[in-house]
Amino acid sequence: MVQYLLMKIFRALVTVTLIVSAAFVVLRLSGDPAIIILGPEAPPEAFEAFRRNWGLDQPIWVQYFKYFVAVAQGDLGNSMRDGRSALVVVGERIPLTLAITLPALFIKLAIGLPAGVVAALYRNTWVDRLIMMLSVAGFTVPSFVLGLVLAMIFAVWLGWLPSGGSDTWAHAVLPTVTMGLVGAAVIARFTRSAMLEVLGQPYIRTASAKGLLWRNVVRSHALPNAAIPTLTIIGFLVGSLVAGAVVVESVFSWPGVGRLLVNAVANRDLAVVQVILLLVGLTMVGANLAVDILYGIVDPRLRIKRLQAGS
Amino acid sequence: MSALLQAKDLKRHYEVHIPEGLFGRKASLKAVDGVSFSIEKGRTLGLVGESGCGKSTTAKLVLGLIPATAGTVEFAGTRVTARHDAQWRAMRRRMQMIYQDPLGALDRRLPVITQIAEPFEIHNPEMLAAERTERSALLMESVGLRPDMAMRYPHELSGGQRQRVVIARALALEPDLLVCDEPVSALDVSIQAQVLNLLDDLRERTGFAALFISHDLKVVRQMSDRVAVMYLGRIVESGLPEEVFRRPQHPYTKALVSAIPTPARRGKRERIVLEGDPPSPVDVPSGCSFHTRCPIAQASCRNEVPQLVTSGGHAVACHLVNAGAAPAAQAAE
Amino acid sequence: METLLSIEDLAIDFDQGKRFVRALHGVSLTVARGEVLGVVGESGCGKSITWLAALGLLGSRARISGSVQLNGQEIAGAPENDLAGLRGGRIAMIFQDPSSSLNPVHRIGRQIVEALKLHRGMTGASADAEAARLLDRVGIANATRRLREYPHEMSGGMNQRIMIAMALAGEPDLLIADEPTTALDATIQAQILDLLTELRRDSGMALVLISHDLGVVADMSDRVAVMYGGRVIEEADTGSLFDSPAHPYTKGLIAALPDIDGPRRRLESIPGTVPAPDRLPPGCSFAPRCAIASKICDARMPAFLPYGESQSHFAACVKCRDEKPAESARLSGNKHVLVPA
Ligand SMILES: Nc1ncnc2c1ncn2[C@@H]1O[C@H](COP(=O)(O)OP(=O)(O)OP(=O)(O)O)[C@@H](O)[C@H]1O
Ligand SMILES: Nc1ncnc2c1ncn2[C@@H]1O[C@H](COP(=O)(O)OP(=O)(O)O)[C@@H](O)[C@H]1O
Ligand code: SF4
Ligand code: SF4
Ligand SMILES: [Mg+2]
Ligand SMILES: [Mg+2]
Repeated sequence: MVQYLLMKIFRALVTVTLIVSAAFVVLRLSGDPAIIILGPEAPPEAFEAFRRNWGLDQPIWVQYFKYFVAVAQGDLGNSMRDGRSALVVVGERIPLTLAITLPALFIKLAIGLPAGVVAALYRNTWVDRLIMMLSVAGFTVPSFVLGLVLAMIFAVWLGWLPSGGSDTWAHAVLPTVTMGLVGAAVIARFTRSAMLEVLGQPYIRTASAKGLLWRNVVRSHALPNAAIPTLTIIGFLVGSLVAGAVVVESVFSWPGVGRLLVNAVANRDLAVVQVILLLVGLTMVGANLAVDILYGIVDPRLRIKRLQAGS
Repeated sequence: MSALLQAKDLKRHYEVHIPEGLFGRKASLKAVDGVSFSIEKGRTLGLVGESGCGKSTTAKLVLGLIPATAGTVEFAGTRVTARHDAQWRAMRRRMQMIYQDPLGALDRRLPVITQIAEPFEIHNPEMLAAERTERSALLMESVGLRPDMAMRYPHELSGGQRQRVVIARALALEPDLLVCDEPVSALDVSIQAQVLNLLDDLRERTGFAALFISHDLKVVRQMSDRVAVMYLGRIVESGLPEEVFRRPQHPYTKALVSAIPTPARRGKRERIVLEGDPPSPVDVPSGCSFHTRCPIAQASCRNEVPQLVTSGGHAVACHLVNAGAAPAAQAAE
Repeated sequence: METLLSIEDLAIDFDQGKRFVRALHGVSLTVARGEVLGVVGESGCGKSITWLAALGLLGSRARISGSVQLNGQEIAGAPENDLAGLRGGRIAMIFQDPSSSLNPVHRIGRQIVEALKLHRGMTGASADAEAARLLDRVGIANATRRLREYPHEMSGGMNQRIMIAMALAGEPDLLIADEPTTALDATIQAQILDLLTELRRDSGMALVLISHDLGVVADMSDRVAVMYGGRVIEEADTGSLFDSPAHPYTKGLIAALPDIDGPRRRLESIPGTVPAPDRLPPGCSFAPRCAIASKICDARMPAFLPYGESQSHFAACVKCRDEKPAESARLSGNKHVLVPA
């Protein structure tokens, strides 16, 4: 088990390294930060100074090597835009992102899980069809479209809520709801199929045959089993708490990590992009590990057999 | 007489990881652990045993589908290896296989006639399309499939009909050996009889030899010229079906034979009920691997592996039987 | 004998989206107190759904008609609460695939205690002690430790013992065993059949043994019902059924079975296949496969009438009344030729 987890962590680190490397290469080759940040009209000496300052005059593989050495020493670099530590630049955005993604996660679970369970229990009735229709609508419509539609209704027409910015809690409502609804649609669908799978299992029939009322069959036999596959998707959602809001933040001009990423990419502000990617990678890996460990706890089939005396 | 198929001391062990303790441990799973037999031209050897005793692994070893850990298989005097070269492919034409699950063995996107003709395409690409169609149609007829079923897809046929398609395809190249792994286990009684009779008739007509595997002693007896009983990767008894099933010698065979309920035996059966489950092939008991369940086991059975000793064509691997000390052989009644 | 359960004219239609397909066409069966009724037939003939429907376990997609009486009391269409009280209490049921019939995430003990609590109001230490006693009763060693284990830590045979222990928890009058040994190996099947026989002898509960294996049914039952295409086509005491089967299908089944004793003979196969439930022929549903079918067979489904002298042998075939039982025994094959040792 320990071996298994170490293996998983190692593999995740390799993945993160690859992503970071790819980003390095793409960002370096796709545009010159000096031109983007200083503007094309800046004097040639300024360009040169900027390049020398940031090491951009060296061959790309030297830059790459230096970057990794620095990262290994704990130095994640500074933002080319304002020279502050990239870690700080990103760090100050994290609470803002969590301010919308955490409540959104709550909405996703609070709506998605029960909706999926109910749809499965009332399979092929109008309840099921209604829930599934909404669910399909929820994840076929891109979140920026849903965001724009909600902004149109509640900000433009009704004028109840602001359409962009981050000054008050009211500004957080539309981005949160947009994300929550899209996520709830995904969870509902997934939960429904997990639940249907479980309801078709022979042990459900056994539970009924032993005399349990249907609601108790569902509660103590179906739900615990359906929870197991659902964990995977919840883990995925937790893993995307930091970076899952790129689109919504852009639509509602919410100054979170997602919007920072968009701007940093546009500016070729490499250090910032890299920090965000590392952050995303690490949360994903962390969530994944947590799911693995939870699996081991809730599913006895995966639990390690302790050494037992005799047999 | 030289045998068509000769297996000598075949072994197939798997490295497995046992989730036990903190890190688990590596262990060797002995799926097949020293099996020897031979099949003569046109004869059928039946292989019986409980699930997990190594029947299917033996079948795969015979065909060279998996490499053996030790031992050899010779088909018509040539070594069968798991290296799938030209020689193996040429040999495979003459050795075909039928599996338990006909739906899994067929491609659900192709009409059955195409699948029956497939061996011609693979092994005889020069054959003219017209001849291929004609030969396939003949095959269908010989396994009792109506011509109007030719263009059907596997899921449009019943289980018995699908198994007929599989048999037709296996017989397309007129093999010398047919390995049948539980060919009727998925079929209902009435259909099972149809398929068994069909195999019987085809064998009569074309003279193929067969390795016939089943967990059902009644079916094996029906189909075989000789039978071998397996327990935990080894053959514990073999001989003529009349001998082995009517006068079983090995305590395991005795229990197995006595445990079969049949309409004729109803009410007057003395069932020998073995205790416990067969041990896992990862932890094969020492000595005679049957000693943990054997009703007549003695202390010596734990230490020494009994050898398969043949007398009068009937081979038994049991210390007590081979020392002549076992209780008198009893007829199955 | 006192009738325990009687099923009268039970019919089941399944909702197939656009239409209903009839899977059971009026089945009538009775189980007397303490008796063993064997139910035999090929897969899909309606063995399982008959008893699932009787217990109200078929779900909302099945439309059920007919009557099911337990001790003279109608239970078909009874409120869910009443039915739940019977299930696992007066009538228990075990299934074909023991390992997937137990909940993988709950310990064995919890699953047995659940039944004890429902039907005998037991909780806590007394329930645990009783659960251990039941495990012991079905032949599982180290019962107390086993209670803390999970189904995946047990073999198929042990799981079927656990299913049986769970069924015994409610001290049922009737145990319905749906192919209890089909998924098990021959030596384990022998253990389970022995256990069932022993338990029945001790407790006097009645047993419905569903199987596609004629041998198992012959071995265990007092009386046997043979099903085909959603109907019972023959029913008799086990002796008469196997010694003088009346219905051509029953004869066919017996003749199609290879034997382990006696001389080897060519099997007599029944041609064709079981018709799909929505494509049954108009008259006798066996007619397309029946060697002695004629025009009258297509007119209507033959009535289920007494056969021969015995008042307990019934068959649904227009022809078998014309022919003498003695002759049909000969047709049933040479299964009585026992070979001397
Ligand atoms: N819930 C269901 N919905 C639709 N068809 C079903 C359902 N349950 C069973 N069937 C069908 O009923 C037939 C018989 O199913 P069942 O599971 O009872 O088989 P069985 O008699 O136990 O078979 P076997 O003897 O092969 O194990 C099959 O054709 C199967 O596809
Ligand atoms: N839930 C279901 N929906 C539709 N058809 C079903 C269902 N359950 C069983 N059937 C059909 O009912 C018939 C009888 O099934 P069953 O009683 O399970 O057969 P068996 O005799 O093998 O136990 C079969 O034709 C089967 O296809
Ligand atoms: S060798 Fe011993 S343990 Fe093995 S079968 Fe013979 S008597 Fe039984
Ligand atoms: S009624 Fe006719 S078709 Fe049906 S079983 Fe009897 S003889 Fe055969
Ligand atoms: Mg196999
Ligand atoms: Mg069934």
